[in-house]
Amino acid sequence: MSTVRARRGGQRRIGRLVEQHLYTLMILPAALALLLIIAFPLVYSLWMAVHEYSMGATTPPLFVGAANYLKLLGNLRFQEAVPRTFYFTLLGVAGPVLIGTVAALAFTRNFPGRGLLRTIFTLPMMATPVSIALIWQMMFHPQLGVLNYLLSLVGLSPQTWVFASRSVIPTLAIVETWQWTPFVMLIVLGGLASLPEEPFEAARIDGASLLQSLRYITLPLLWPYIMVAIVLRSIDALKSFDIIYVITQGGPGTASETINIFLYLQAFAFYDIGFASAVVVVFFLLILAMSVALLLVRRRTSWQ
Amino acid sequence: MAVKPRRLVGRLLFGLFVFLLMLPTLFFFFWMISLSLKPDADNLAYPPVFVPSGLTAKSYLSVFEGSPFARYALNSLIVAVGATGLSLLLGVPAAYGIARSARYGAALFILVARMTPALSYLIPWFILFQSLGLANTYQALILTHLIIGLPLIIWIMIGFFEDVHRDLEDAAVIDGCTRFGSFLRVSMPLARPGIAVAGILAFIFSWNNFIFAVVLAGPRLQTLPVAIFNVLTFEQINWGPLAAAALLVTAPVLVLAMMVQRHIITGLAAGGLKG
Repeated sequence: MSTVRARRGGQRRIGRLVEQHLYTLMILPAALALLLIIAFPLVYSLWMAVHEYSMGATTPPLFVGAANYLKLLGNLRFQEAVPRTFYFTLLGVAGPVLIGTVAALAFTRNFPGRGLLRTIFTLPMMATPVSIALIWQMMFHPQLGVLNYLLSLVGLSPQTWVFASRSVIPTLAIVETWQWTPFVMLIVLGGLASLPEEPFEAARIDGASLLQSLRYITLPLLWPYIMVAIVLRSIDALKSFDIIYVITQGGPGTASETINIFLYLQAFAFYDIGFASAVVVVFFLLILAMSVALLLVRRRTSWQ
Repeated sequence: MAVKPRRLVGRLLFGLFVFLLMLPTLFFFFWMISLSLKPDADNLAYPPVFVPSGLTAKSYLSVFEGSPFARYALNSLIVAVGATGLSLLLGVPAAYGIARSARYGAALFILVARMTPALSYLIPWFILFQSLGLANTYQALILTHLIIGLPLIIWIMIGFFEDVHRDLEDAAVIDGCTRFGSFLRVSMPLARPGIAVAGILAFIFSWNNFIFAVVLAGPRLQTLPVAIFNVLTFEQINWGPLAAAALLVTAPVLVLAMMVQRHIITGLAAGGLKG
């Protein structure tokens, strides 16, 4: 009798504890999972980066201090990969942001077929990157590719696309732009939908032209949204992997070897885990530094 | 009443402009479909053939005959469904807890996940899975794919739960429901559209993922993106079958994307633009 009551009391107490800490308990499993899948690898990389270890080696990791970082600083391929990555990122941000903003300005107007066209316009962003890359690869083919044929139709000479070191990065940036313009378009479109009406009416009453209200009202009000697009796009372009790896694998030679491709090869072609971990750490700091810098710019600048 | 000529010119120019905007996307998908349906001779002809001599399903048949395509599709499905299901199971309650207790510090994790290159996770995982004997298993692939779905689902669902009125939950509690019961019976059903959107988006990104499976999956476990990269490019130089395979891989995702089209914007607004 009394034990039953005690057990009921216990259950009630547990029930009350659960009620009190319900939100914590609901967050806990996901937090543990994120800790395991995000925090553990990052800590592990920090530790591995100061060790010498080759995958599959029978010897345990050997502490080498800053040797991996020093090796990285002196690595010629890495020294070339860094500016190359930023070159690709610059093109892969500028293209989508410019075209995406213009596209958003077009799609914010009402015209017949807008819904369907907008749906089609967003498809590149959702399509499987490997599939996209394979088709682009066929289109870039120097002899049989459709792109050089289309160029010849408008009187332009054939291009080397991904087959020459000089043109490979801009060409990959074209694919990146094609793929990610809708992403910027959607962000800016969301911004356009949230703009207040009053300034535009005031401008209309004051006799401002369409271009003037675009230049002095729309773009300044949109600037925070465009900046968000720039930050997210920069992070993603820096990390771009699928498109580059499938189309060129870093080639010709090392002409399209970005930091991420370099990292992949060090880890999974050369199995140099300690060294690759140092690359991970440096790469992460680069991305972090760039994001922080862009966020500071976002806070400091308004339009003009 | 007739349209003023100046406005008509303006409209035509705008139409032309929209056409130019759409052209790269429209042409790309047209060409993809065209390559997959044309006979081999047409695909290898120069100048490229725009009006084919005939349409054939031969390329599609050879995809299924020339490779264990169904097997790869099953792998993709198991991994994407498994990872999305697990992400929803963990992420939906967590998002609710975060939204109700305003503990947005958790969002920091999500920000870090957004910024870090996938390879930085892959190296430690790979070593861990090797030592646990989990390398080349569905479990390993599903666990790694959590990093695609979980942050995304939490991020999107926080926004949806913030929109569910607390009054409704309070009413349920007054009527004798526990807090958790009010989550299960009131908030979750109300946020169901959000769960569908978050789940579909997580599924899409998981299905599309290449880098995890290319490292972690052996020949038997290859998902579709890895399979078309490895096997098909290697064995079939023919463009037709390759284009057909590429289209088959991405078609389900495109259909899903069209279904959630309106919500991609909602998802982005809820996830990307809050701060």
